[in-house]
Amino acid sequence: MTPIISVANLSKTYGSGFKALNGINLEIKRGEIFALLGPNGAGKTTLISIICGIANLSEGRVTVDGHDINRDYRAARSMIGLVPQELHTDAFESVWATVSFSRGLFGKPKNPAHIEKVLKDLSLWDKKDSKIVTLSGGMKRRVMIAKALSHEPQILFLDEPTAGVDVELRKGMWEVVRALQASGVTIILTTHYIEEAEEMADRIGVINKGEIILVEEKAGLMQKLGKKHLKLHLQSKVDAIPASLAAYGLELSDDGRTVTYDYDTRGERTGITSLLSDLRAAGIRISDLDTSQSSLEDIFVSLVKAS
Amino acid sequence: MNFRAVRAIYLFEMARTWRTLLQSIVSPVVSTSLYFVVFGAAIGSRIAEVEGVSYGTFIVPGLVMLSVLTQSIANASFGIYFPKFVGTIYELLSAPVSYFEIVLGYVGAAATKSIILGLIILATAALFVPLHIMHPWWMLTFLVLTAVTFSLFGFIIGIWADGFEKLQMIPMLVVTPLTFLGGSFYSVNMLPEGWRTITLLNPVVYLISGFRWSFYEIADVSIGLSVGMTLGFLAVCMVAVWWIFKTGYRLKN
Repeated sequence: MTPIISVANLSKTYGSGFKALNGINLEIKRGEIFALLGPNGAGKTTLISIICGIANLSEGRVTVDGHDINRDYRAARSMIGLVPQELHTDAFESVWATVSFSRGLFGKPKNPAHIEKVLKDLSLWDKKDSKIVTLSGGMKRRVMIAKALSHEPQILFLDEPTAGVDVELRKGMWEVVRALQASGVTIILTTHYIEEAEEMADRIGVINKGEIILVEEKAGLMQKLGKKHLKLHLQSKVDAIPASLAAYGLELSDDGRTVTYDYDTRGERTGITSLLSDLRAAGIRISDLDTSQSSLEDIFVSLVKAS
Repeated sequence: MNFRAVRAIYLFEMARTWRTLLQSIVSPVVSTSLYFVVFGAAIGSRIAEVEGVSYGTFIVPGLVMLSVLTQSIANASFGIYFPKFVGTIYELLSAPVSYFEIVLGYVGAAATKSIILGLIILATAALFVPLHIMHPWWMLTFLVLTAVTFSLFGFIIGIWADGFEKLQMIPMLVVTPLTFLGGSFYSVNMLPEGWRTITLLNPVVYLISGFRWSFYEIADVSIGLSVGMTLGFLAVCMVAVWWIFKTGYRLKN
């Protein structure tokens, strides 16, 4: 299947000489939820801005469903809904008016039924006649999502959509996103909440200093880069790790009752079998054990540090 | 052509006009009425006729133009500056609209507003002084042409301005003096020779002269020259807008 968005050798240099993006190559698959992670200033928003037409690119090419974003901007942009990071709203308009305006701006005929559905899905229906200035931050964020959905986009960009949104609301928002994906919409999101990407995304891209340093299926990424920890609960307290076990790099807890062993799932040998027999040889008895896998956050931090 | 987008922008801007009716329509009408009281009644009663018409009547076209010029600039500059200021411009830039459509929506709404305003002021003036319009179609042509040209000029200022001060600066420092020195309150022929020549460098002179001609057939310069200069300024503004969108100046970084 052809990608719905294709970014090739994209670079962006600002007037000040700052190179925000450097040779980005990225393909977004049709119908996926793609999470773009990266520290502040990594270039996430710049990348989104270029694809959506808010910033000019310096070099390279971007196509949306085969349409060049510059040459064929009408076709490209009419497919995209954008929810920017900052809360930009018309203070004195009503919710209904501003959402309807967005639909008109994107050249779609009036469709009050669709606007009604969008507002209801986002729990904004009872606020439809309120002026935006009277709404809370979380509601304004949803108004911006409603504006982006008003023209029935096939691609939705969500730039930090849940920043400043409470937990309850965040869950509601993700339900909307899942329903959109189910209806065939491709979703690209940036987020600071890594657990969110971990929970939502099909694929994850990591961007740092204007370069894409990794794009992976989420499951594969976590398996591939995931370190596992084996925690052994000891039957009786030990004062120190015996010298015969030094090679395993074990970590002894302060109370001397648990030992932690890190191993790599990628390795051919995890070393668990020999560790267990060596422990028995050293006379250490185990009462219980559990394993845990590193989170996406751990992976992310180690990646960004390494690049 | 994305007509729905043009319509959406136009209606959005017009909705702003009705929402802010007091400052967009009522206040210019009040200030123009004050001009009539001060210049027409108080001072005008001591001034003899100017080129065959009473002073109060003479200043009507100039006063209408004064309002149309300043309001066109104010409406259009604010209309595009505000989305830039609050950030909602992102939506305009990411929408499938051409630059021409954006300009058509914004400038169309700003010009509509100042044409309505000009007509209201004209009606107000008729309450103070007897009015006779000899060439109503020319009068409307000049009104529309001026409203469109200066709305376009205002649009440029709105894009250029990166603060409220700059938004005010051009109208305050350039347009108001040019309008006052452009023959709103006097005939250019009343000036001494040297000043007369300098005044003819002021583009507003041609607008007011042409507009006044459509009322009383009194003109400082020939009507052809008036139309020509107005169209010339319109063309300059169009080129500027074309350049702004081509380069993304102050719109896209």
